[in-house]
Amino acid sequence: MKGFSTLFHKEVMRFWKVGFQTVLAPLLSTMLYLLIFSHVLGRHVEAFPGVPYVSFLIPGLAMMALLQNAFANSSSSLIQSKITGNIIFLLLSPVSYPEIFLAYVLASSVRGIIVGCGVFAITLWAVDIPLKFPLWALLFSLLGSFILGATGIVAGIWAEKFDQLASFQNFIILPLTFLSGVFYSIHSLPPFWQAVSHLNPFFYLIDGFRYGFFGTSDVSPYFSLFVVSLCLAAVSLFTLWLLKSGYKLRN
Amino acid sequence: MNPAIEIRQACKRFGHIHAVDCVDLEIGQGEFFALLGPNGAGKTTLINLLSGLTRPDSGRLSIMGYDVSREYRQARRAVGVVPQELVFDPFFTVSEVLEVQSGYFGITDNAAWIEEILEHLDLSSKANTNMRALSGGMKRRVLVAQALVHKPPVIILDEPTAGVDVELRQALWEFVRSLNQSGHTIVLTTHYLDEAESLCSRIAMLKAGKIVALDTTRNLLKGSARRVKFQLVPDALPQKLHPFLLHRESGYHVLKLDEFSDLEPMLEILRQSGVAVTDMVLPHADLEEVFVEIMSRQ
Ligand SMILES: Nc1ncnc2c1ncn2[C@@H]1O[C@H](COP(=O)(O)OP(=O)(O)O)[C@@H](O)[C@H]1O
Ligand SMILES: [Mg+2]
Repeated sequence: MKGFSTLFHKEVMRFWKVGFQTVLAPLLSTMLYLLIFSHVLGRHVEAFPGVPYVSFLIPGLAMMALLQNAFANSSSSLIQSKITGNIIFLLLSPVSYPEIFLAYVLASSVRGIIVGCGVFAITLWAVDIPLKFPLWALLFSLLGSFILGATGIVAGIWAEKFDQLASFQNFIILPLTFLSGVFYSIHSLPPFWQAVSHLNPFFYLIDGFRYGFFGTSDVSPYFSLFVVSLCLAAVSLFTLWLLKSGYKLRN
Repeated sequence: MNPAIEIRQACKRFGHIHAVDCVDLEIGQGEFFALLGPNGAGKTTLINLLSGLTRPDSGRLSIMGYDVSREYRQARRAVGVVPQELVFDPFFTVSEVLEVQSGYFGITDNAAWIEEILEHLDLSSKANTNMRALSGGMKRRVLVAQALVHKPPVIILDEPTAGVDVELRQALWEFVRSLNQSGHTIVLTTHYLDEAESLCSRIAMLKAGKIVALDTTRNLLKGSARRVKFQLVPDALPQKLHPFLLHRESGYHVLKLDEFSDLEPMLEILRQSGVAVTDMVLPHADLEEVFVEIMSRQ
């Protein structure tokens, strides 16, 4: 376990030492989204009955920032270590692949959750958001950060250059987060797009997370929990298998 | 007693290149061993197979009796590798890097040993310096320190003195020699053959992934063709000695000398031919010659 805790601590230190880019920058961009969307759409949209649009938007944006930053943490750490070559110090050590998996996932989770909490901390004084079921909210934020932390490991192992990683982020992660109902309730979409949204795992993360705040959601939180848990299991097993195989790391 | 390193029929190909081609090698505990060969011979790949950075296509490798894939945790605890490339983590200071490396090996409190290594490598004053701010030579020392945090019985150094100034080279070798004297097995690769000759008791030479020579340094040196150089007046070699002539070299005739006892008859022939010897040199065989000779075969 010492190997795991050392790597976990190192990974947390790594983003914390450059917190300006890894925590403050994403907080700033999330605030810009909030400012623009709430002003442009706020007067026209009522997503959930009786919930002002800004209140509806904030948990979605917080979750989006959480997911993106959890992904960014493990993926950028791995690709940097690969490109600079210092990944060998870990590969030369007896740290096992489940320990490597856990350390990267949990460090990503920490960064995601710090950024997510940051969004609430900044908006707390201005916007009134209920928190009906905090445990649901916590559960979905943990599961979401784990899924994206693990996905970041896969992307970091697969990518050989920063632009490949950027493609992964721009063509997969970003569309999935934007089309997951962060900015709207999917009930406001035409039936076809509603059906498409139901294929997006991020939708269940955001919807379940929002349930924790408003006690209202597009689908049942239990169903969301089921889908999200299934996704986490699948991504985790795949990532563990990838790490065990030594794919692109030990060749 | 298990051998420090045991390699059986190890093969590794990259595309159609046989980087390591069915290598068998055994290195005993406490040896000071050199792995020599031109660039691209497969030295680094062989080391990577041992350290687990690369997986073999076939064959078995073990360190201190531990299989490097099945018992990878024990095998990796038993070996410290100083990589050829000057890699570092730009986020951390020297002592942070060493603490992290200790943690990877499951060591909780390593401060005393880290301090000792830093002292030996003349790095104490840099303990709190960020890795980015170190010179190349200093980074190389940190690599050595990182390989030693877990006190491995086997230490592998891949060209540790490439691009390093003379002073550090000597200090480094002195330190490595003292590690060997305290019982550590040392395996090194280097382009400075004089270093290998003076430090190592046994040598393997690698060419295109295959071991082409494996013997004690002493035997390798003995095996090289001995020579004698004469400066003559008049400057003409008697007919009878022509079969021994290897080449001429700035006023000297260089003759092949199989045994020292052949020297007496040669001098006798020169005397009978009325040729005076104004200078005679018996050059020492050195590893460079042996190396060039072995590498030029086929
Ligand atoms: N990752 C790799 N991919 C493709 N070829 C490689 C790789 N690593 C080494 N090689 C090739 O394998 C051969 C042996 O390389 P190496 O072990 O680095 O030699 P040395 O350390 O003796 O200079 C070389 O031909 C090299 O180009
Ligand atoms: Mg090499």
